[in-house]
Amino acid sequence: MMDKKKILEVKNLRTYFHTFKGIVKAVDDISFDLYEGEILGIVGESGGGKSITGFSMINLIEEPGRIESGEILFEGRDIAKLNQRQLNTIRGSKISIVFQDPMTSLNPVYTIGRQLEEPLLLHTKLTKNERYEKCIELLNDVGISNPEKRLKNYPYELSGGMRQRVVIAIALASNPRIIIADEPTTALDVTIQAQILKLLKKLVTEKNCALILITHDLAVIAEMADRVNVMYCGKIVETGPVKEIINSCSHPYTRGLVNSIPGIVEDKAKLHTIEGMVPNMFQLPKGCNFQPRCAYSQEICIEQEPKLSEVNSMHSLACFFPCKEVNNNE
Amino acid sequence: MFKFILKRLTQMVVVLLIVSFIVFFMTSIIGNPVYNMVPETATQEQVDHVIRQLGLDKPLPVQYLIFLKNALNGEFGRSYKYNRPALGLILERFPATMEIVFVAMTLTIVLGISLGVYAGSRPKSKVTKLIMGGSLLGISLPSFWIGMVFIYLFGVTLGWLPVSGRGPTTTIFGINTSLGSLKGWTHVILPSVTLALGNIASIIRLVRAGMMEVMKQDYIKFAKSKGAPNNKILYGHALKNTLIPVVTIFGLQLGGLIAFTTITETIFAWPGMGKLLIDSISSLDRPIVSAYLLFAAALFVVINFVVDILYAIIDPRIDLN
Amino acid sequence: MDNTKKISKLGAIFGSEFIYNYKKSKIAIFSTILIILIVVIALVGPNFTSQNPYDLSNLLLRNANKPPIWMEGSEKPFLLGTDQNGRDMLSAIVYGSRVSLYISLIGVVLSAALGITLGLIAGYFGGRFESIILRIADIQLSFPSILIALFLMGIFGPSIRNILIALTLIGWVSYTRVVRGEVLSVKKKEYIEAAKILGFSNFKIITKQVLPNVLTSVIVISTMRIGSFIMLEATLSFLGIGVPMSEPSLGTLCNEGFKVLYSGLWWVSIFPGLYIVLIVMGVNLLGDFLRDELNPKLK
Repeated sequence: MMDKKKILEVKNLRTYFHTFKGIVKAVDDISFDLYEGEILGIVGESGGGKSITGFSMINLIEEPGRIESGEILFEGRDIAKLNQRQLNTIRGSKISIVFQDPMTSLNPVYTIGRQLEEPLLLHTKLTKNERYEKCIELLNDVGISNPEKRLKNYPYELSGGMRQRVVIAIALASNPRIIIADEPTTALDVTIQAQILKLLKKLVTEKNCALILITHDLAVIAEMADRVNVMYCGKIVETGPVKEIINSCSHPYTRGLVNSIPGIVEDKAKLHTIEGMVPNMFQLPKGCNFQPRCAYSQEICIEQEPKLSEVNSMHSLACFFPCKEVNNNE
Repeated sequence: MFKFILKRLTQMVVVLLIVSFIVFFMTSIIGNPVYNMVPETATQEQVDHVIRQLGLDKPLPVQYLIFLKNALNGEFGRSYKYNRPALGLILERFPATMEIVFVAMTLTIVLGISLGVYAGSRPKSKVTKLIMGGSLLGISLPSFWIGMVFIYLFGVTLGWLPVSGRGPTTTIFGINTSLGSLKGWTHVILPSVTLALGNIASIIRLVRAGMMEVMKQDYIKFAKSKGAPNNKILYGHALKNTLIPVVTIFGLQLGGLIAFTTITETIFAWPGMGKLLIDSISSLDRPIVSAYLLFAAALFVVINFVVDILYAIIDPRIDLN
Repeated sequence: MDNTKKISKLGAIFGSEFIYNYKKSKIAIFSTILIILIVVIALVGPNFTSQNPYDLSNLLLRNANKPPIWMEGSEKPFLLGTDQNGRDMLSAIVYGSRVSLYISLIGVVLSAALGITLGLIAGYFGGRFESIILRIADIQLSFPSILIALFLMGIFGPSIRNILIALTLIGWVSYTRVVRGEVLSVKKKEYIEAAKILGFSNFKIITKQVLPNVLTSVIVISTMRIGSFIMLEATLSFLGIGVPMSEPSLGTLCNEGFKVLYSGLWWVSIFPGLYIVLIVMGVNLLGDFLRDELNPKLK
């Protein structure tokens, strides 16, 4: 892990939404690194800030949101400070995003071919024929049969799974260094989910790019990711190698997530859930955000916000009383 | 596709038949045209003779069939006033009308779509507020009033532009048109703008609403994540999705433009079909009125048909069968 | 006490959210005030005008061609100037607005009555009746209303009665569609629920259920209709085939004024037109607001 090259450095990123009702701190002072060839998972409940983190990587944040402060260092530049034109040289070419819902990510009035060709048109100098060849190649890479025919199809003629493959192909078109996948399988059937995940993993290895995998499903993370950031209410509460986090001492929230995975915990009769509800983002607690739902909280948790502290060189968490339970399962 | 065209063609014919029947029915129950055709001093014999000549003594259904047969041959009778074939008169004036309609249409498309796209993509800017205010005005102003204001401002007060009549014509591509000369354009501009104003306003509002809807969609965000520049997003990705309702409205508007030439031509003394119609209504020149109505009906039916085809071309999801 | 009761009843009908949004919207309040003003002027205006412009004995030629009050050569009390016959424009506009408003309002009422009736028939009886009515509606919609109006007025001749007939025949379509739709959805419910009830009582039930539900749509359509009817009538009158000169509407005034526009007497035609713009804008603004609040589907 240490010898791998660092390709992305996020420092103290804050993305806030300035709404009429108040400020929503969707991403509140997070920092993490991304290494070449790895799969970094970002996990947490809906609204926890994971998707916004993903979009912030290429500053695809729209009014009333914006990146307040922090740095996103990529290839010697700070993405957070670039203007639209500069951002457009990175988007879709060096860093691309796979959206969640394949039924709505594709433009209904243009053919697959046209939409697949677009990143090539924008970011490469290939000729028309070369682009056509590349499109065929891309569709083959993502496992779509009969690519010549598919290029002429419209999105409505394809199934959900196929559309998601096309979306992935589009994301891969200009050989990006980083792919951000925002809940790439949530909107798909269970059987297709496994296929798509397998596809993603294969592509990442083949092309040696990095993948930021955003999901609320820790089971997916367990399958796919090397490292994981656990986010809650806009903050990273734990980060580290996946195996270590699932098996050993961790943040109560992470513990709760792990225990909620059916089958992880020995007691198969009960389905564990995390008690309580996600707090109102306009009125976050003074101290630890998770405190109201935490079984282990004490006085200090209400007063002070815990900061990330190292357990070992790769693993940190933000908690005054991390649980010492050890999970016996693998 | 072929089945679709066939089906629509049959519909067109049915509609035209119905319209022809209504036109015939209405015009025949109102008054007796005979008295327009004979001098006041005519004897009963002469009157009867004319009645027989015009076929007015035959039963109504037969008259209708004769009317239909003649209509299909382009025969609508002779104008009482000009004593020339009605349809011929209309066709003579047709190019003049289509001139201002054409210019008005172009203005509508260019200004309507571009301003609408701008207003839709930047809903909060000051310019947008101006555009929207202007468009509200545009749909509330009666076109005859706008015409009068223009005439007074540009004609009487400022004297910049001529306010009546058509400019000198030349022949371009075999069509007699006044758009070939600068002087011709000075005559065309006021009537065309008057015609177009209301339509431009409607299109702006429609395009803006559509764009605002479309810009919220996921596929727009996905396109942005590909690194597409703003113009490409607006005009490439968003606009085509907005165009579907716009095309329908535009078709209707085209029909409206042709209808509104009646007013505009009257105000600006433009020698087109519209003015002819109004004059004919005032002078009770029935053949021209019937001929105009059927001609206009045919035009509208064809326009609607073309709009439907365009619809299907733009939106690939539409199943023509 | 009575007024508060009324308001709360209205509030119950439209839902308190509507009243809340109404109070919040400057446009809604502004347009309502404008409309109320216009109606008041039309109703009691004639009592305050400096002359009755249609009483020929009132008109003195020496008053003719006077410009509005802020220009040279004007004369009180002719605030907006006079026309070539000595008619005071302000008075003419007040009287003219009555005619215009009267025609559009009656036109809306009549076309609504026709439209709703046809909608009920089409929905309830279905079959042949429904097809025919819908067909006619579709065909009519493909033609611009101005053309239909021109045709009818051209055939029947200009008079207030004929204009009303024309407006009725033009405006019924939207009402019919909405009402028919509602009847169809009610019919489905009734059919399942009460197969036992036959004959007329069925009709009564349907009507009773349908009408309250379409009330909001009818209100929105009618408000927009008033605006378009005023424009339509004004246009017809301007062309000389609308309201005759004996009892001129605002459109007829414009027609008369147009004749002297070239000689520079702009106030004779521009002011009546301006008043039309005011009325139409007020109605459109209110209609827009009502539609957004009550029934966005109608967009």
